Amino acid sequence: MSFGERISRILLSTPVLRIGSILSTLFGISIFVFLVLRVIPGDSIVGAFGIETGLLTPEQIAQLKVYYGIDKSLPMQYISWMQSFLSGNMGYSYSTGISIASLTAKALPVTIELALIGTILGVVMGIAIGTFSARKPGSIRDFAGQLFGLMALAVPGFVLSTTIVTITANKFHYFPNGYEFVRLWEDPWMNLQQMMFPGLVLGIAVAAPVMRTTRSALLETVDKDFVRTAIGKGVNARKVQSRHVLRNSLIPIVTMTGIQFGYLLGGAVIVENIFSLPGMGRQVLYAITKREYATVQSSVMVFAILFITINVITDLIYRKIDPRIKK
Amino acid sequence: MSNPLLSVSGLGISTVQDPRTLVNSVSFEIMPGEAVGVVGESGSGKTLTALSILGLLPRGVAIAGGSIIFNGTDLTKADPETMRNLRGSDISMVYQDPMTALNPVMKLGRQLLEVIESHEKLDDGSVARVEAALREVGIPQVERAMESYPHEFSGGMRQRVMIAMALLLSPKLLIADEPTTALDVTIQQQILALVSEQRRKRDMSMLWITHDLGVVANLVDRLIVMYAGNIVEAGTVQEIFTNPQHPYTHGLLSSLPSRTDKSRKRLTSIPGVPQKPWLVGNTCGFAPRCFKVTAECTASAPKLVGSLEKSVACFHPMGDK
Repeated sequence: MSFGERISRILLSTPVLRIGSILSTLFGISIFVFLVLRVIPGDSIVGAFGIETGLLTPEQIAQLKVYYGIDKSLPMQYISWMQSFLSGNMGYSYSTGISIASLTAKALPVTIELALIGTILGVVMGIAIGTFSARKPGSIRDFAGQLFGLMALAVPGFVLSTTIVTITANKFHYFPNGYEFVRLWEDPWMNLQQMMFPGLVLGIAVAAPVMRTTRSALLETVDKDFVRTAIGKGVNARKVQSRHVLRNSLIPIVTMTGIQFGYLLGGAVIVENIFSLPGMGRQVLYAITKREYATVQSSVMVFAILFITINVITDLIYRKIDPRIKK
Repeated sequence: MSNPLLSVSGLGISTVQDPRTLVNSVSFEIMPGEAVGVVGESGSGKTLTALSILGLLPRGVAIAGGSIIFNGTDLTKADPETMRNLRGSDISMVYQDPMTALNPVMKLGRQLLEVIESHEKLDDGSVARVEAALREVGIPQVERAMESYPHEFSGGMRQRVMIAMALLLSPKLLIADEPTTALDVTIQQQILALVSEQRRKRDMSMLWITHDLGVVANLVDRLIVMYAGNIVEAGTVQEIFTNPQHPYTHGLLSSLPSRTDKSRKRLTSIPGVPQKPWLVGNTCGFAPRCFKVTAECTASAPKLVGSLEKSVACFHPMGDK
């Protein structure tokens, strides 16, 4: 094998291609966020001074532009943000003066905890209700399961969140999120109370599509030849269901869960604000209202990296459950 | 004469909604140690007949009448646990397509052990038993095969695994639903030889479903010919091959290529297309394609009459040659 062949073989190997595609995805996202932020009206000066911007003199505006770094050309702005992002501190938040990296270090664990609770609740509910529905298609229980799925899809997270807040806070005077946020390792019991409702709201949003995927995957697998073989061997109904039907239905379920994780990160922005959780969602929303470009851009990049990580994990799970996928 | 191991009488199978007859009053018997072949075109109801014995009919299709007596138990009325106990131990089945009949995400060894686990307790000897069964059907490197997944095996090898699985608990009756159809011709011969040998060794009864007369000739003792959901002719292989009575059987046999015929003529075929079982009604289903058809054939359905050696459902049988 010549040197050139060897190089091209390495470049075309799956891990290298995979990493290449991940990097180009991240690059595309960084460009996209950067441009979208410049397109929306207002800039960092308006974000900081509001209607008082009109009182500033042209000299003051020029100086502020230098201060916020928006006097430079767009490519230069992009390059200087990328430099600070890659250097590890991710740039500075102007309103607080703290590096975005240290803000993220505080906010990210909250969002990850919320996302994990939401995913776990969603997958457990989704698979349970989907299995319940698929057991007897067309029956009352199937109808009930599907009704849940449809309602969970149709009711937006903010409606559900505000409903929960209204009922628990007004009627039962129970609103753990009214207190200052505590971290899991500071006071696990309080933390879980604060995470319970937002986690449930996200969980229901995840459960609906997982339930529908589970139901259709199970119904499709039940008619497969190998299920008939299993019944023909004398395997009891419960084991046929768990070992043969469910096991083979897991791939679409895992796929759907991975996709839902992305929506869940989006949902976290709303839910964190309603339940005043100091996570990435609040960080991003606050930064958008203040037009803190670097904070928004860097936070979105963190979201993107998180989502890609989930995708890689999903792929690893595929390999675990389906031996036909080549190692 | 001993009692039959399996006795099917008046078995009817139809769709559940908008009932359409798929199999119309089929009766036959299988003696202990006897091998019976069922031949017929696609849609003649032969596979459904086989599946109904084990209660494995597809969704939306159900037994509409008649009885299936196995060893004194009517399987059409048996409770789920009785059926479960029977499946894989007393009656087992080999299916048409080995590519889809095995669970793709479960190791082969595990799938075989599952048979033992479902009927007996797993113990230290179980793995050795499974390995011996695999060896017996000619699987090389048995230890490795146990740890393999189905996709790592060829179709012929998978069918051997299916056969090992079916024979694991020494069933009294083996049902084979066109187990060689999906395989290459050379592999077909190996599988046929394997099943033949195992059957003789175990003195097991067998029901072999096929559309290929050439396949069953050397394999079974008696033949049942099905057409449009009905048995049109039944008898010993010898009788049916040398002296077919029903015009359909006659047509089937004359459409077989012959090694001795040097005339280089086109093979004869039966004109027309198979009748849908639910359209037969109270007529002879073969009448639209039959060259001996008379008014009698469309006025009522002929009954299957004759002995165990030879019976035919036809108003105008071919007569002795």
